[in-house]
Amino acid sequence: MATQAAFMPGTQTKAETGLWSWITTVDHKRIGILYGVSAFIFFLIGGVEALIMRMQLAVPDNTLVSAQRFNELFTMHGTTMIFLGIMPLGAAFFNYMVPLMIGARDVAYPRLNALSYWIFLSGALFLHASFVFGVPPDGGWFGYANLTSKQFSPTQSIDFWMLGLQILGIASMLAGFNFIVTIINMRAPGMTLMRMPVFIWMTLVVQFLVVLAFPAITVALILLMFDRFFGTLFYAPAGGGDPLLWQHLFWIFGHPEVYILILPAMGIVSEVLPTFARKPLFGAPFVIYSGITIGFFGFGVWSHHMFSVGMGPVADSAFSVATMLIAVPTGVKILNWIATLWGGSIRFSSAFLFSLGFIAMFTMGGLSGVMHASPPVDLQQTDTYFVVAHFHYVLFGGSIFGLVSGIYYWWPKMFGRMLDERLGKWHFWLMMIGFNVTFFPQHYLGLIGMPRRIYTYAPDLGWNFWNLVSTIGAFVIALSFLTFLVNVWRTQRSGAVAGPDPWDARTLEWAIPSPPPVYNFAVVPTVHGRDELWLQKHGDEHTGGKPVPRPPAATAADVASIHLPPPSYWPIVLAAFMSMMMSGLLVSFILVIAGGLLTLWSMYKFAMEYHRPPAEAH
Amino acid sequence: MAGPGAHGEAAVHGAAAHAHHDPNIGTTGLDNRKVGMWIFLGSDCMFFGSLIGTYLSYKGKSLGGPTPAEVFNIPLTSYSAALLLFSSLTMVLALDALKANRIKASAWWLFATAMAGLHFVLNQVYEFAEFVLHYGLTLHTSLFGSSFFVLTGFHGAHVTGGVIWLLIWVGLAMRGKLDPRDYTKVEVAGLYWHFVDIVWIAIFTIIYLIP
Repeated sequence: MATQAAFMPGTQTKAETGLWSWITTVDHKRIGILYGVSAFIFFLIGGVEALIMRMQLAVPDNTLVSAQRFNELFTMHGTTMIFLGIMPLGAAFFNYMVPLMIGARDVAYPRLNALSYWIFLSGALFLHASFVFGVPPDGGWFGYANLTSKQFSPTQSIDFWMLGLQILGIASMLAGFNFIVTIINMRAPGMTLMRMPVFIWMTLVVQFLVVLAFPAITVALILLMFDRFFGTLFYAPAGGGDPLLWQHLFWIFGHPEVYILILPAMGIVSEVLPTFARKPLFGAPFVIYSGITIGFFGFGVWSHHMFSVGMGPVADSAFSVATMLIAVPTGVKILNWIATLWGGSIRFSSAFLFSLGFIAMFTMGGLSGVMHASPPVDLQQTDTYFVVAHFHYVLFGGSIFGLVSGIYYWWPKMFGRMLDERLGKWHFWLMMIGFNVTFFPQHYLGLIGMPRRIYTYAPDLGWNFWNLVSTIGAFVIALSFLTFLVNVWRTQRSGAVAGPDPWDARTLEWAIPSPPPVYNFAVVPTVHGRDELWLQKHGDEHTGGKPVPRPPAATAADVASIHLPPPSYWPIVLAAFMSMMMSGLLVSFILVIAGGLLTLWSMYKFAMEYHRPPAEAH
Repeated sequence: MAGPGAHGEAAVHGAAAHAHHDPNIGTTGLDNRKVGMWIFLGSDCMFFGSLIGTYLSYKGKSLGGPTPAEVFNIPLTSYSAALLLFSSLTMVLALDALKANRIKASAWWLFATAMAGLHFVLNQVYEFAEFVLHYGLTLHTSLFGSSFFVLTGFHGAHVTGGVIWLLIWVGLAMRGKLDPRDYTKVEVAGLYWHFVDIVWIAIFTIIYLIP
């Protein structure tokens, strides 16, 4: 990675098509679309898993699936939604939007970006290969030790899970390095840190969380791998090992991960609300500093996931206070979003409605989260459906609402056509109603004692009615996404042409055509403020109401002088050999060695691809 | 690697100096590849931090097997630590020679750095073999065995990766493909090398020297 080419030979910007052009692409916009499409497919798979679980729980003593199958379903649902749904949907927007919003022509390391995607896809396919071999992971998404030991999980199900997560972790960390460097070092002239759009700020915080939190789960998974393959004692109580080590390492990653999932949505909402309220984000620096504070505190609250293991009053109190503290910057943001709407001239577009839904639903999830910050309350609620309701309010009501808002907001930019607003509003209301019908009753179910992760229940516990309601709600959610798919299909056939700036928006990505040309900006803009495009169109009080100058019109010579990196097949080759090495751990050691050597060789080829400009190449 | 304008004010000077300024220099005036390496090393700190934390939390909790005091060969490990420290000096000399366009000297210093690293790795192989064969300490003997071998093994793997990286530069130099334009790329390898060295100082102090 570090020996990335210093010399990028120029290729001219012709529209390339066909499968090979997608396989070898290093264009951040195409990689963003690849991430988005893959993530949406996995999101649908995770959704189907959820629907099967809800069908099983619709009535007591149901026999639709077995207990074993149910374990597999909730494990894969959680793992899929977190690592293959929400994270890569966020990555789709990072990829597509970060260079556009900071006025760059691509990310810092375009080929590394492609490599991240192909490693991500390998990891996702590796994880799902467990279905083909009939051993889907069944240890829960946080895979507590020592349930995952050879003794209690003798099949290869946990192997698929731990190796799949390792591969996905590599992809996330490589993308993290790339986006941090891109945001720090690729900004257009004039774009100081405090002039960066809030979405870019939240992306930057997320990438720091990724590169600092993923090593902890990498180590946790490596220790598990050594326990399972080489007989070490890390999580083996018989040898003196302490299963709590897993919980600590996992949640040192796992709690920052929560913010990795929510901060992108907060960034999207911070772009959508000002656009549709036609007002700058209220107290934008507060939103930015709150995001940084959340990221910082995110590393100091992990043990609130572990109150029930009995850490003692000192640790419990410390983590309880830290957890309550982290609600403060979050509350600051919510107040800022609401204040942004105050006195705005609001257009109730679909994107805006989803952002509004985000604020309401995320606030509810946040409030139930503060409830568990108190250890005695948490002891009542832990491992019940109350917790299931809580984290769906933040991850679905928060992350998914925010990401869908981003889809409606940026679709015209990415594909040049407007999504249908009437169907969009159907999508919103069906999702809003379906979501609350599904998850609100789960608060109540949890409080009257229904544990999470049970595959069925007796009819005389008083849980029947609300479980049925919850299942009906889940199908309404499914219907809402069906509406979305219809919308996408109709839009691609006959959607209204968007034009560069359909929303009268505020940031740089709307200053260029939709979809953007491969080089993004023919003339790189000089930035005067956080809402650069708004300043170019309307100015603000600091400019005396006068617009700031627009960049000069591009000449043919400008475009001809643009140098972009050419396509490369080394990213996918390297990802393939790396997966071969990882798969070898399940098949034969010879495959590990062969895969390892081929990985090294392709890393060398990758690094040497542009060692010298092509004129000097031999 | 974007075109001319994808960089900030700081790149303007570069643009004046060359027809095409260095596309790796960005908004902050820093080289993309160096910033990337620094971020990676920050991430790697968390990696070794987690492994060292694991070792410390299991310190003295083994149910049997040889103890650290019984097996550690402090003179040998001190020699290894000195080798790595010394190799950081040769790494700097290699960069200095490269900057002055003394390619042959640079290649020799790079080779010396790689050989010091290789010597370190071989010492570690010897140490591991002695622990296994002489003291009967393996990955599954005790918590000490598990956490010691995994922690120091991953450090050894990092050193091995660095040796391969440096030897690739030596190979390129022998084929006439190393010149001062590669300074930053070699410097990035050097950053990695110094980091691995510093991590060893932490491991050596925390694991070997503190009883």
